[in-house]
Amino acid sequence: MNPWLLLIIPITSAVIIQLGLKRNATASALLSTLSVASTFIIAYLLLGKEVSAAPIEWIDIAGLKLDIGLQLDSLSKGMMIVVTAIGMLVHVFSLGYMKDDEAKARYFGCLSLFMFSMTGIVLASNFVMMFIFWELVGLSSYLLIGHWYHKDSAADAAKKAFLTNRIGDFGFMIGILMLWGIMGTVVFADMDGGKLSLLCTCLTGMVVLLIFCGAVGKSAQLPLHVWLPDAMEGPTPVSALIHAATMVAAGVYMMARLFLSLGITPDTAELIGSAPQVIAWIGAITSLLAALMATQQNDIKKILAYSTLSQLGYMVMAVGLVDANAGMFHLYTHAWFKALLFLGSGAVIYACHHEQDIWKMGGLFGKMKITAITFIIGTMALTAVPGTSGFFSKEGILHAAHESNQALFYIAVIVAALTTFYMFRLIFVAFFGKAKNEHAEHAKEVAPVMWIPLALLAVMAFASPFLGKLIPATEGYHPHLGFEINVVTIASLLAFAVGFIAALILYKGKTSDPVNIPLFRNKFYFDELYAWIIKIFQDALAAIIHFFDAFIINAMIIGGLSRSAVGIGNIFRRYAQSGSISGYAFLMAVGALLVIYFTVFASK
Amino acid sequence: MLLALILIPFLAAIGILGGLPARLTAVIASLANILVATYALSCPACSDGFSLQVLADPKINLSLGITGISAVMLILSVIVTLAAVYSGKCPEGREKLWFSSTLFIAAGAIGAFLSTDVFFFYAFHELALIPTFLMIGILGRGDRKEAAWKITIYLAFGSIILLAGLLMATMHTGSFAFSDLAAIPASEQNTVALLLIIGFGTLVSLFPLHSWAAPAYASAPTPVAMLHAGVMKKFGLYGLLVIGMKVAPQGMLHWLPWICVLLLGNIIWVGLVTINQKRLDLMLGNSSVMHMGYIFLAIAALAANPANSIAEPAAILLMFAHGISIALLFSLTSLVEQKAGTLEISQLGGLAKKAPALAFLFGLAGMASIGLPGLANFAGEVMVFFAGFADWTPGESMGWVQITTIIALWGVVISAVYMLRAFRNTFQGPLVKATENAADIHYCEKIPAYILAATLLVVGIYPKIILQFLSL
Repeated sequence: MNPWLLLIIPITSAVIIQLGLKRNATASALLSTLSVASTFIIAYLLLGKEVSAAPIEWIDIAGLKLDIGLQLDSLSKGMMIVVTAIGMLVHVFSLGYMKDDEAKARYFGCLSLFMFSMTGIVLASNFVMMFIFWELVGLSSYLLIGHWYHKDSAADAAKKAFLTNRIGDFGFMIGILMLWGIMGTVVFADMDGGKLSLLCTCLTGMVVLLIFCGAVGKSAQLPLHVWLPDAMEGPTPVSALIHAATMVAAGVYMMARLFLSLGITPDTAELIGSAPQVIAWIGAITSLLAALMATQQNDIKKILAYSTLSQLGYMVMAVGLVDANAGMFHLYTHAWFKALLFLGSGAVIYACHHEQDIWKMGGLFGKMKITAITFIIGTMALTAVPGTSGFFSKEGILHAAHESNQALFYIAVIVAALTTFYMFRLIFVAFFGKAKNEHAEHAKEVAPVMWIPLALLAVMAFASPFLGKLIPATEGYHPHLGFEINVVTIASLLAFAVGFIAALILYKGKTSDPVNIPLFRNKFYFDELYAWIIKIFQDALAAIIHFFDAFIINAMIIGGLSRSAVGIGNIFRRYAQSGSISGYAFLMAVGALLVIYFTVFASK
Repeated sequence: MLLALILIPFLAAIGILGGLPARLTAVIASLANILVATYALSCPACSDGFSLQVLADPKINLSLGITGISAVMLILSVIVTLAAVYSGKCPEGREKLWFSSTLFIAAGAIGAFLSTDVFFFYAFHELALIPTFLMIGILGRGDRKEAAWKITIYLAFGSIILLAGLLMATMHTGSFAFSDLAAIPASEQNTVALLLIIGFGTLVSLFPLHSWAAPAYASAPTPVAMLHAGVMKKFGLYGLLVIGMKVAPQGMLHWLPWICVLLLGNIIWVGLVTINQKRLDLMLGNSSVMHMGYIFLAIAALAANPANSIAEPAAILLMFAHGISIALLFSLTSLVEQKAGTLEISQLGGLAKKAPALAFLFGLAGMASIGLPGLANFAGEVMVFFAGFADWTPGESMGWVQITTIIALWGVVISAVYMLRAFRNTFQGPLVKATENAADIHYCEKIPAYILAATLLVVGIYPKIILQFLSL
């Protein structure tokens, strides 16, 4: 099986849809779904096999050789399973969810483009190729968030996502350039971590942190997290695939890849100075603030979006604790159950006629049994109920934190409690109690094409940790899958109990929110702060600079010169009496005369 | 063979003035030029240089030849010319002037790039400027008189300074042939380099000599904007690479800090000016000025170390990519104006609904110009950035070029801001009065756009198709 097919199939599908099938929505949907299904099969067949693929030269000049190549190891192959399997289920779900959309062909074309780009990130053999697909993923995300571009909110959200990511990529690119300067190569397999030991940790740590900037953008970590909640303007299946399971996890994947290539392990972490601590703290703070924001959101998708931010923070924290495998394991389990939760919210939104406010739902448990049960399973995994996949992977991160940094451990436990609290708040309000709105009153279970993916993902919410060879981690990594009573487990169970009881007391049977914390509801005013910064530091500065450009440089300095020349020109014009054109011709003639004059003069 | 590349558009232009059907002749001439160029490039042996002695002392020959860099510029010129004759809306009854000027500009630009003699290199460029000024002054839009004057004054000023620099550079050997160019005595290098930087720099809108460009492009008839921003503007960069680096390498090194500061002026200062633009055409004109900064960055890397093997190919690839993408953007902008009747960004919106093909093409061109991978500009930009870091020794402090590269990278954010804002406000959001009855572009209007868009894609995916010529 040629691994290049993993890239060729989805891009072919995207190109065919764009060029030929724009008017045939059904064919586009089928083609796109078939393409992702076949890549899933290929990815599955590649598991556990030794395969290699010759790289393709992209740029090859003296001093710079950049290839498009495939890195096929257990980290990338496992990640391919996550991407293609969830991609496939999301495609199938979309067949139902986007059935009546007027731009269905465009939607599926963009999904194929996304699958292509994401595959490129996962399989990239070097940093430049990863950056290329990194940006292409940004493009597909931009296109899909802006799918309903005639809505101002969607168009703005798409733009915001792209620009915020660009800020991260600014650092990412500098990091890549500096790493190239140090290593002499951008290829992962050719990097020699030993070279780091020759340099000051101030430099190596800075390089790692600059590269991490890319992850801060793509994985929506503080302070670049603001785009992800807005990205919920896209169709819900897109939120499940791109803004929960795969793309936003790319930052974590990239960092795992970086550490693997540089040979960064707990023993060698001192080579990159304090970069890991910075990374861990950014992850921890993101995870805490996002969980606090989630407790006060009313839009079902926004709650899940902040939850995603918070869980990504966990993964980033694990990376910073130099336990990238724990981070990747959580990425893996999270991908399944968060996709489940998002698709479940999609089913709810679909059944409630595009109502997203949980306070206008209620009582859905009786009306949408399959959706409700699978949603609760997803919630159990997210809140780390023992026996679910989320329990095992969260344990891994808590253990890592407990071993190296108590402060981070306490934050992680508090976040766990908050997670349970906001998820059961959602469940009590949306699925139980009385229907608070006509649409919720008449909601019906969704079609099999939509609930079958939910059911499969619900199975994975339990089964995923036990399918060892699918886990994207370094060769030979086995997650700890036991249950023992120790400090970490007790803390985790206590956190669950506190969160659950609080949600039960506060939200069971309520019709309006008894809690009101504006700081959380308004997301710590990050958006307002950024809007202010953009207004002052970008737009006002741009206006001032424009003023200087137009009236100082142009009007006074150069304009003075030009006006005096115009004055001379006017004299000639009057003299020639034939309008301004003769002026130009005259100037050119002067030029030509000067050429001849100087030539003759200079040669003597 | 090479002479034909200049004569075809030149004679066709004269033919148009003499009464040949204007549009048809222009199309045929530019298609013929593409064929001849393809032939000349596919078989370097049969395109042996042409040489005709004009003066013996000093040695001035009308000599033509193809080197790697001129091959790339030739491809750029013939592609943009074909797209340009298809673009814009010629006012009724002015076809003669419109199409003949377009072809004269093309002939001049191709002549300049094929010349292997400093005198004719300069003279062809000056010849191409005359129809440029005429077209802006006579058929331009808006404040055409002022725009025409401004560009004339600036470029004449730049040309005179450039001329002084070129004469000083060639005086020592008494020969204008490119092949006789050699490093001049160290005592004069700084002066010559300064003259060349200011002279060529003005022609490339190097900060702070840039303010002619945006109004001129906004006012110019579409084919002129496409040819000038896309092709002619590369003359100055070409000159710095081919002449400046050869005759005054130490001088270029001497002025390196200045080059760095000024190119950041292009990228950051003009980038911010671009953000503040309210009209689509002025925004694009300024963006074109901004992107010159990246090519100057490659030149700075070369000035810092003439042995930097990445810098020159990077500059050339980015010159090519920028030329194609800006020509495409100007061509599409003219279509936006034809469909919606305005280019004021605040009066536009939702155009994608009515004109999806136009939106797709504009989005592609915009994404190319902000350096999206898969499109030509990214390949050029990423090479420029690598060129900037090629001479960095880890562990030692960074030099001018590295620090400039880092600051210049912020321009990648700035250009995304203005381009996405403009796209958002023009094509997305709800329909507004100007766009509610707009029609999509039709088949004929798509031709130039598809030619240029396909070029951007092919070169972006497979940059070797352009880079291969550099080993010629």
